[in-house]
Amino acid sequence: MDPILEIKNLYKNYGPVEILKDINVSIEPGDFLVLVGPSGCGKSTLLNCIAGLEPITGGSLHIGGQDMTNVSPKDRDIAMVFQSYALYPTMTVAKNITFGMKVRGVDQATQNQKLAHVAQQLQIEPLLNRKPGQLSGGQRQRVAMGRALVRDPKLFLFDEPLSNLDAKLRVEMRTEIKALHQRLGASMVYVTHDQIEAMTLASKIVVMKGGVIQQIGTPAEIYNRPANLFVADFMGSPAMNLIPARTRRSGGVSLIEIKRKEGDPIILQDANNRDLPEEVILGVRPEDIADAGIRAGADTQNADCIIDIVEPAGADTYAVLQLGGKHVTARLHSETTAAPGVAQRLAFDLGKVSYFAPDTGLRLN
Amino acid sequence: MADTSFVPAASQSRKGKLALRWLLYILLGLFALFYLMPLFVMITTSLKSLDEIRTGDLIALPREVTFDAWRTAWSGACTGIQCEGVRPFFWNSILIAIPAVAISTLLGAMNGYVVAQWRFRGANIIFSLMLFGCFIPFQVVLLPMARILGMMGIAGTIPGLIFVHVIYGLGFTTLFFRNYYVSIPAELTKAAKVDGAGFFRIFWSIFLPLSLPIIVVTVIWQFTQIWNDFLFGVSFSQAGTQPVTVALNNIVNSTTGVKEYNVDMAAAIIAALPTLFVYVVAGKYFVRGLTAGSVKG
Amino acid sequence: MTKWLEENTPKLVLAPSFVAILVFVYGFIAWTAWVSLTRSRLLPKYEIKGFIQYERLFDSPRWDTAFSNLFVFGFLFIAIAMILGLVLAILLDQNIRTEGAIRTIYLYPMALSMIVTGTAWKWILNPGLGLEALVRGWGFPDFTFDWLVNPDMAIYTIVIAAIWQSSGFVMALFLAGLRSVDQEIIKAAQVDGIPTWRVYTAIIIPSMAPIFLSAFIVLSHLAIKSFDLVIALTGGGPGYATDLPATYMYAMAFSRGDIGQAASSAMIMMMVVFAIVVPYLYSELRSKNG
Repeated sequence: MDPILEIKNLYKNYGPVEILKDINVSIEPGDFLVLVGPSGCGKSTLLNCIAGLEPITGGSLHIGGQDMTNVSPKDRDIAMVFQSYALYPTMTVAKNITFGMKVRGVDQATQNQKLAHVAQQLQIEPLLNRKPGQLSGGQRQRVAMGRALVRDPKLFLFDEPLSNLDAKLRVEMRTEIKALHQRLGASMVYVTHDQIEAMTLASKIVVMKGGVIQQIGTPAEIYNRPANLFVADFMGSPAMNLIPARTRRSGGVSLIEIKRKEGDPIILQDANNRDLPEEVILGVRPEDIADAGIRAGADTQNADCIIDIVEPAGADTYAVLQLGGKHVTARLHSETTAAPGVAQRLAFDLGKVSYFAPDTGLRLN
Repeated sequence: MADTSFVPAASQSRKGKLALRWLLYILLGLFALFYLMPLFVMITTSLKSLDEIRTGDLIALPREVTFDAWRTAWSGACTGIQCEGVRPFFWNSILIAIPAVAISTLLGAMNGYVVAQWRFRGANIIFSLMLFGCFIPFQVVLLPMARILGMMGIAGTIPGLIFVHVIYGLGFTTLFFRNYYVSIPAELTKAAKVDGAGFFRIFWSIFLPLSLPIIVVTVIWQFTQIWNDFLFGVSFSQAGTQPVTVALNNIVNSTTGVKEYNVDMAAAIIAALPTLFVYVVAGKYFVRGLTAGSVKG
Repeated sequence: MTKWLEENTPKLVLAPSFVAILVFVYGFIAWTAWVSLTRSRLLPKYEIKGFIQYERLFDSPRWDTAFSNLFVFGFLFIAIAMILGLVLAILLDQNIRTEGAIRTIYLYPMALSMIVTGTAWKWILNPGLGLEALVRGWGFPDFTFDWLVNPDMAIYTIVIAAIWQSSGFVMALFLAGLRSVDQEIIKAAQVDGIPTWRVYTAIIIPSMAPIFLSAFIVLSHLAIKSFDLVIALTGGGPGYATDLPATYMYAMAFSRGDIGQAASSAMIMMMVVFAIVVPYLYSELRSKNG
């Protein structure tokens, strides 16, 4: 089967400024692709290029196997949900949803039938005769979704659709979008700056920075094997600990030496990664630094560290300490005995660590 | 609203505060008198007979109310050689103002829509050039315009005046609509494009229904400008096509016969009535037009 | 073809207006500038002769009066209208119960034609039956107020009428400005025990600098274009005492048939406007795009 969306060597310039550089992405039918990155990384511009709302400077763009590079938005068989919802303020909810069909000359009976179906699907039947100004944020969001759903397009595009909602509603709608995706099996491209949204929704994530794709992969790949320091730092909360360390080979293992605030350096042994350069950045997720004894495994090694700050967060307790001159967060048990200023025995899970080259920032293992 | 009125200083007694308050109201009242006095004098004078004007004083109420001056002003006063009052000229002003307001508002709406929502390379420069046109002293275009109107065969005609008012109103109407449409999120246009609507469809179905307030502001602004215009009227009209402001000036400054102040005043009020009416009915929009672009959010 | 049309519709819609502005504003300015450099009299000539028209202009006593009148009138009109507008705005900002009505009264002259304003004030200021006669009737037989017919004072009657017409507008501008000042700052100042007059002088008025600038631009623009008011109130008289560049230009263009003088005086007017407006527009557009 053809990829539903295939972008090859896409470039986008505004005058002399390169906004997007050599973008290559392709997704299969039913994929939920999330474009994530900090603001200004070009993710929204890329989405606008896919929609045809921005002309592209170079490269090609296929939707459903057809070349859409120079096709206007209305002929791309897409639907789009916007950050501000972009509901037509003077039209009722029903008219908002049917406007596209009306423009395309769909007959009234089909319009009514599709409207009824979508309204029922999203449970917005009681709102159909209201104007957007009379709706709450969540209701507007639903109407915007309805306007997209009624099109039944090859590809759905979402431009930060949840960022205008409050925290609680955002989580609810997130679940709802996921459920919708599973139910419809539709192909979606979704832009967000929120890495949690990206992780929870995506079947495939594209991490972007400065108009360049940093990594493409499943949420698990992105989380467990970040391609570079930027991805490691951007994805995950609290962020991955990035600790400067020195390595040397000793027998069949690598010895990883990390400076402590007081006393001798910690020496950890890694049997899996043998060809490391002398200087590395060690990447450890907070959950891979735990109370000794609670977590034990083949790759787990213990070390005593002085805890600086203890932050109970309900289910877990976060402890902040200093390693290699950096603040490091450890995710401890909620009933941990750790206390500020006191040494605590911590378990480091070497099986899940990442190594990065300090100069290029690229992944080493 | 700036709530700067309460002064919790301990030294200020309640009595002093009350006195200050009275002073404030008296001052405001005196200023109100200053602004109202000319209108009051115009109305009372227009209702007096010429004899009473000569013998009585300026601010006295008429001893005997007479509408003779109004009748003369409307249909008998002489503007130069013609003696038909301001009526035909009032009609001219309407014939000029209505099409000129309608055309310049419509064009301004389209232009503003393009400049605000369909930005293309150079659109900003074009807008700046149009905006600049608002500020030129019109004296600088009088001479060539007189020649061009002649070449087009509409010199001294009402269509000629309509044309002039449309051209030199475009800058402002475009500015009004542009500033209004620029605050409408660009996503709305994008959503409509994805929905399959084109340039005109989006304007007609989405932007125009949103535009009532700015249409009112623009129509009032343009109507006031065109109705009150004198420079173009006096430069580009001839005997039968003069607008009411020119006719009023001719009545007041006609050197023949006795000076009929009551007729002058009645004619002045008649000439002022349409814009005054608009001001009273839609003052909010009038002020918004005046301050548009001058006060930034 | 359809695709081309689709992509270029916005440009095609804007084009007629743009061309019209290009021709009827910029083309006409160019024409006037050109003619101002020729020997044109009754009919335009197109042979450039240098600055002779400008030399004639500045040799003419009538232009001399008109040009200096512009500065006397402009300065007094702008200064007094701004001060009066600011005072009225502050007075009205004190939680006045009848604010709406008072504002309406202060602002209505702006809706009138300058011709109407001129006609009204001409009647009020005429010495025989107007204000002078009124005060004399009150028992001051020696009272004189003959500015309208006094060549040295007539220009001030135009100042009075223009202020009457425009000061309400300045008030509206300033009032909007006063209301747009951050209320939290004012509350903080009141909590600190700063007296009201200090709140105005130290906080509110300085933060309204852009509005002062806007008011100045609008008023100076009004001043330079003033034409109708002079025609209706004094007709430029007595003699040429109240001529302004606008009336001078009109007289040269339409009654004297001296196109060269009309063009050069119009160009001078435009230069004065540009000297004031160009820096303003430039900074406005730059801050909007930036």
